[in-house]
Amino acid sequence: MSGALLSCAGLTVDYALETAGLESMGQRAVDDLSFDIAPGEALGLVGESGCGKTTVALAIMRYLGRNGRISAGTISFEGRDLGQLAPRELRQLRGGRIAMVYQDPHSSLNPVMTIGQQLMEVPLLHRTRRRAAARELAVRALSEVELPDPEGMMARYPHQLSGGQQQRAVIAMALIAEPALLIMDEPTTGLDVTVEASVLALVDRLRRRHGTSVLFISHNLGAVGRLCDRVGVLYAGRLVELGPLSQVFANPRHPYTRGLLACVPSLADERRGRLLTPIAGTLTERARQAIGCAFADRCAHAVEGLCTSQPIALEAIEGEPEHVTRCVLAERLPAFAVEGEKGPASEARPAAEPVTEPLLAARGLGKRYALGGGRGALEALRGIDLDLERGGTLAIVGESGSGKSTFARIVIGLTEASEGELSFKGKDIAHLAIGRRRRDLRQRLQMIFQNPDSTLNPSHSVGYALERTIGRLHGIGRTQSRADARRLLQLVQLPADYAERLPEELSGGQRQRVAIARALAAAPDIVVADEPVSALDVSVHAAIANLLKELQARHALSLVFISHDIALVRYMADHVALFYRGRLVEFGPAEAVFAPPYHPYTQMLLASVPDPSTPGQRAAVREAGTAVSQEIGRGCPFAARCPWRIDRLCDRVDPPVLEPSDSHRIACHLDLIDLPRTIERTA
Amino acid sequence: MLRYTARQLAYMALTLIGVSFAVFVLNEYAPGDVARKLLGAYATQEQVEHLTRELGLDRPVLVRYLEYAGRLLSGDLGQSLTFKVPVAEILWDRLSNTFLLAAVAFAVIVPVAILFGVLAGVREGSLGDHLILIGANFISSLPEFATGVFLASIFAVWLGWLPGTSPMTTGGGWSVAAQLVLPVLVIALYDVGYLIAMVRVSMASVMRQPFVRTAVLKGMSRPKVILRHALRNALIAPFTAILLQVNYLVAGVVVVETVFAYPGFGRMMLQAAMAKDIAVVEAGTLVAVLIAMTTQLLGDLAYRLLDPRIRLGR
Repeated sequence: MSGALLSCAGLTVDYALETAGLESMGQRAVDDLSFDIAPGEALGLVGESGCGKTTVALAIMRYLGRNGRISAGTISFEGRDLGQLAPRELRQLRGGRIAMVYQDPHSSLNPVMTIGQQLMEVPLLHRTRRRAAARELAVRALSEVELPDPEGMMARYPHQLSGGQQQRAVIAMALIAEPALLIMDEPTTGLDVTVEASVLALVDRLRRRHGTSVLFISHNLGAVGRLCDRVGVLYAGRLVELGPLSQVFANPRHPYTRGLLACVPSLADERRGRLLTPIAGTLTERARQAIGCAFADRCAHAVEGLCTSQPIALEAIEGEPEHVTRCVLAERLPAFAVEGEKGPASEARPAAEPVTEPLLAARGLGKRYALGGGRGALEALRGIDLDLERGGTLAIVGESGSGKSTFARIVIGLTEASEGELSFKGKDIAHLAIGRRRRDLRQRLQMIFQNPDSTLNPSHSVGYALERTIGRLHGIGRTQSRADARRLLQLVQLPADYAERLPEELSGGQRQRVAIARALAAAPDIVVADEPVSALDVSVHAAIANLLKELQARHALSLVFISHDIALVRYMADHVALFYRGRLVEFGPAEAVFAPPYHPYTQMLLASVPDPSTPGQRAAVREAGTAVSQEIGRGCPFAARCPWRIDRLCDRVDPPVLEPSDSHRIACHLDLIDLPRTIERTA
Repeated sequence: MLRYTARQLAYMALTLIGVSFAVFVLNEYAPGDVARKLLGAYATQEQVEHLTRELGLDRPVLVRYLEYAGRLLSGDLGQSLTFKVPVAEILWDRLSNTFLLAAVAFAVIVPVAILFGVLAGVREGSLGDHLILIGANFISSLPEFATGVFLASIFAVWLGWLPGTSPMTTGGGWSVAAQLVLPVLVIALYDVGYLIAMVRVSMASVMRQPFVRTAVLKGMSRPKVILRHALRNALIAPFTAILLQVNYLVAGVVVVETVFAYPGFGRMMLQAAMAKDIAVVEAGTLVAVLIAMTTQLLGDLAYRLLDPRIRLGR
């Protein structure tokens, strides 16, 4: 295609795998990939991890490392073949014409150099020899990414910035030389949802202002929907679908694209109460080498022979000439609709059943951490009142620093509350650290941690980890505990012979299943799950969330579900508690919290959630600095960011608690009638 | 930073008091009494008792320690029995020799270690990396006495280019500089291999860090990336190991000093210990502890300059 800024044609990338033998085996990471990016256009590339998204970015940057190599195809940029560049030309291109923004801003910045030094390097390499001019450009770039106090920012070190600020600094660094193409590799993964929304909005503004083309790589379809004009879906290094955003999202023709769209929970109403549809199976080595469709072994529609025997070409879809897909059945697939079987959670749970006594109840719960050197105390949590019903799911939502993990730690006994009470079955456990809890109490309260990699001992087999837990908590012998371990594995839908395996032999999702099994080993009443899916691949989120839901229904388990993923919370929770800077701002049944009237913070969170079911919407999100490190003072914790703030009231006086309906509480100075009633979404 | 330094200095003083007391008690008590140690096995019991009274050794240990500490503070370190001079005199003399040797050796070892460590680390797994690593392992596995004798027989006996002993006097017709060459070479060969390995592994891990990729993809040339971005980060981890070499160079090079008859601190301590020259051992121990603590403090302060993420205690 003429006029394209970047054009990949038949790009094929292989990695040499180091093997003990003489011949090194190759792994094909990207297979015959062709796409163009027009000037000013934003193209999204999506797919699970291992699909070759990042490899594409690094191939464009010609940074594949020693064992990676472009074995076929060309990448041309501004009419030049990138494969033919001399080292000098390549250096001029990198950072000058093509710039990159990375997944983890924290590790992408040099910890021992100031932001200013790192920013100034770019203009000094590409635009000017004068330090004063470079400095000026750096300051201007920092103010363009809307960082507060750009001059002061220049002298700061990366660790003195919050995650969102770091990513803004990296974006400033990328844009400073005014590149024609900006490559963003998972730029918002790991950021809080409101920060993510504001970073996406910023990138969108900047690319329109400067006419920059963007290659946006993400597993987050919602984020892609926010920013991109077109979207490409990669599977096993092959492009399986490519087209204008609205066509791909509204009328996906490849089963893998459909799977990706169906496995993420959405805020849209019609999907409440249904099980999410996970994509079955995992990406295997064999799929990479498949002659036919690489996705066939995971595809529900696959027809043996037809799909697997011959190479399948990308073909345009009838009526949508710019929309191509690599599926022989594309025209035969039924119309796309997100559907799932009815989940157990939707089965007649009496809406307002007369609650006898909550299983877990917090009253005025608070936690202070003393700061060293007599500098007072940091209040991590204050005045938390909430209840968890037997068999219910309480979701705790908040940004980092909101105190949600502190709450979990108090429940589980890893830390003691400094004030208030937390009653479990009528007994106050707020001040009872785990070491002082009796075995039966410890057994009743179990926890699932965020990162299964670091919670399972890598040198113990899965079976041993489970048996030991069973043995310790129930005081039973080995034979019995061994049988129990196998039963538990089946419960979390893993083959029983996985007991012999070591954690490293399992995938991330499987490891999290083991962690769930370990928590269930105690036969607990309450399981506290702290961000149980956020370290896992998207296609696994659905499976783990479904598993938790099923186990809960079957074992009358009560769940404290901590997450920053609002859509997932919506999918999981009966009750929702919103934490903001250590305070509870809204609490109530999920239906009430997610329906008007909203607390201003809740409204902002809901507006921040990128939702693939409504692509193209751009949120208006206010991110007034970071609120994380400030101490909790008097007044409403959200006052600094609240558009409805009443000066000299909200920031000074604790807000009263409004009760829009029974058991639904909103802490706000606004009158009930004035609370926001729409999720404001503007173009 | 100032408060931190002041507090660390106070800790150092406390530690020195503790160490001096421990050394004092250990030396004066076990095994056998001081008078017996001084007079030797063939003295009669009366002679021993006489000396005990004369030295005031029959008084309580705390009183005697305070007296000893008072003398130390006034600069009187006692009289050396083996060297027949005041301890202070022999101590400063030997210490200055040792400092000279240590300084020259340090000035050779550190740049060499960083140079080869970086060269190996930036291309982990390459041929050059393997060669440097094998070389480093080889030289650090050679014992000092072996390389000492081997090099002395080549350069002193066979070629006659350098003196075989280094008494640090110019009477033998060799300059002080020439006398330093072989001891420094032997120490450096023994010590540098370990540091090369430390720097190498740190450099290799830094080169895998995402911020190095960021720098490359800014369009920076490789040498510049290594010098500007990688090197400083790569020196953070091996820094402690580098500083620990100061302790080794001051108090641990006994073998080299012995091989070359170098009049250094380590050999003095060895001689004094063999001869039960308690005053020298006590003073020497305190000096060694003082040096170890000083390098540690300097190390902590230098860390602060190397790594802005470190905040020293309030």
